[in-house]
Amino acid sequence: MPSFTPADIDAIRLSARVALAATLVSLPFGVAVAYVMSYLSFRGKTFVEALLNLPLTLPPVVIGYLLLLLLGKKGWLGGMLDAAGIRIIFTWYAAALASAVVGFPLLVRSIRIAMESIDEPLVQASRTLGARWYDTLLTVILPLSLRGVVAGSSLMFGRSLGEFGATIIVAGNIPGVTQTMPLAIYDYASSPGGEQAALTLCLVSAGLSLVVLFFHEYLGRRMGRRD
Amino acid sequence: MELSVRVTKSFGEFTLDAGFTVSGSRIGIFGESGSGKSTLVNMVAGLARPDGGEISLDGETLFSAGRRVNVPPERRRIALVFQHPHLFPHLPVRANLLYGWKRCAAANRQVRLDDIVDVLKIGHLLERGVNNLSGGEKQRIVLGRALLSNPRLLLMDEPLSALDDTLRFQIIPYLRGACEAFAIPYLFISHSLLEMRLMTDRVVVYERGRQAGETTPDELARLRMGTSPVGYINLLRLTDPLPRGNLFSYAWGGSRLVLSTPPNGGENLFELSSKDMILFKKHPEAISARNLLRCTVTGMFEAGRKVGVELACAGGRLVAEVAGDAARELELGEGSEVYAAIKASAFRRLG
Repeated sequence: MPSFTPADIDAIRLSARVALAATLVSLPFGVAVAYVMSYLSFRGKTFVEALLNLPLTLPPVVIGYLLLLLLGKKGWLGGMLDAAGIRIIFTWYAAALASAVVGFPLLVRSIRIAMESIDEPLVQASRTLGARWYDTLLTVILPLSLRGVVAGSSLMFGRSLGEFGATIIVAGNIPGVTQTMPLAIYDYASSPGGEQAALTLCLVSAGLSLVVLFFHEYLGRRMGRRD
Repeated sequence: MELSVRVTKSFGEFTLDAGFTVSGSRIGIFGESGSGKSTLVNMVAGLARPDGGEISLDGETLFSAGRRVNVPPERRRIALVFQHPHLFPHLPVRANLLYGWKRCAAANRQVRLDDIVDVLKIGHLLERGVNNLSGGEKQRIVLGRALLSNPRLLLMDEPLSALDDTLRFQIIPYLRGACEAFAIPYLFISHSLLEMRLMTDRVVVYERGRQAGETTPDELARLRMGTSPVGYINLLRLTDPLPRGNLFSYAWGGSRLVLSTPPNGGENLFELSSKDMILFKKHPEAISARNLLRCTVTGMFEAGRKVGVELACAGGRLVAEVAGDAARELELGEGSEVYAAIKASAFRRLG
C-alpha cells in the first residue's frame, strides 16, 4: 500500500493549486488574445503569431531563465515589484506564472480554432442587428467557442500539472513552498532509496492527468451533442 | 427611403465602381454572380470598407472617405438577410427573433414580436431550437429577426437562391408582405429577373462591377426578351378555379382562362412565356389551343430579331413576341385588333 508523507501531500496540493491559478489567470488573456488574432488584422501580426507560439518550442528551462531575468531583483519588472514590496521569485506565484507562460499557447490555440470556425455571417448578422463588438463577443463569439475555451483550459491545466523546467528555475524546489509534484518526483528519483516514493507520485501524476483528459473528452462530447 | 452610393473598391484585378441614387421602398439590384453585388451590400451595411467615395441614407452620411466618416454597422440601422439563413445556433427561435429588438432604441421599436409572429405565421416555432427547422422556416425566422431590429432599410442578398423553386415562391409573399405591412423599405439583390419582377419597383443593373443602368423590372424583362431563351415571362395571378372537363378554368381579370394545371390551395401565380402565344389577324374558326383572346395592340418594341407586342385583353395586359416578318404580314400597329391563342398547357405554376 503506497503511503504519502506530509511533503508528498503538500506537493500534490500545490500542483493542483498552481495549475488552477495558472489556468484561471490566463483565461481572460487567452480569450482576448484569441479574439484579437482571429478578428483583427494589424501590422506585424505574423511576428506576434510567432511570439505567441514560442513557448511551445522553446525549452521550458529557457523560459524559466528569461522569467528569472525579468523578475529577479535586478530585473526590469522585478526591481519595480521589489520597490513595491512584492516578491515573486521562489514563491508559488512564480510557479503559477511559469506554468501560465508555458501553457498559454495551448490555451490560445484551442480558443482560436473555435473562434475561427464560427461562420463569419453570424458575427456580421449580430453587428447589423445592433450589437457592438464586445456585445457580439459576449453573446455570439464566446458562446459559440465555449467548447474551445473548455478544451484549451483543460489542456492548459493538464500541462501545468506537469510543468518542471521553468518552475524549478524561477520558483526553486522548496518542499512545502514551491515543490510541486514533478519536482518532488525529481527529488525522490535523484536520492538513494526514493524509487518507491517516486513511483507512487508518478502514479498520482498519471492518474490526475487521466482524470483531466477524461473530463476534457466528456465535456467535448457533451457540447458536441448539443450542437 | 433615399439611398445614395458612390464608392469604389478593388480586389486584385476586379474593381467595383458603384454610383447611383435610388429612392422608393422596393428597390432591386440586378446582376450576374460575380458582378460585385454582395460587396456592394456589405459596404452599405458597414461590413466592408470602400476604398473611396460616399454612402448616404436619407440624407445621413454613413461613409465618406473625404470627411473620414464611417458609421459602424451597429449604428446604421440597416438589417441584412443573407442567402443562407444564419440563425444563432446557440439560441432558441424566440431569442433569435428578439436579438435585434433588444438592441434597438425604445423610441424606434415600431415592429413588435406579436406582429411578426402573426405576419410570418411562426407562432408554433417560438420555443424550438433553430437546428431542426426546415429551410423555409429558417428563412422566415431570419426575416423576422431582421424586421424586429426595426431597421431603416433591409438589405436582402439573394435571400431565395438557397431555396428550391416551390419554396421560393412560397417565401416571396412573406418577404413582400412583411416589409409592406411594417413600411420597411428594402434593397433586393438577385440575379433572377423573375424575382426582381415579383419583388421590386425599380432596378439598378450591375455588370462586372459597374452600374449598367437603372430601370423598372418590366422594362428590363422586355429589354432581355430578345436574348433570353425563355422570352418575356408574363406573370398572371389567377383566381376562382373551377373544373372544366379534365381541365381547369380560372378567372383572370374580367375573363376566364383554361389551364391544364389544377389549383393547389395557395396563391395561383402562373407564368406564360411570350413565345407560347400565337397571334391571328382574324378569328380562326377552330383551333386546338383552348384559349383564344381578343386583344388590342397597345404598343410594340424591338428586341433583337423579334418584335414584342403589348396586348390589352379583357383580363389584363400580356406581351407576345413575333418575328419581324410576321409583324409586317399581320400589319401589326398600335390599335390593331388581333386574336391571341394560348394552349392550356402553356401556363406554368410558380411555386
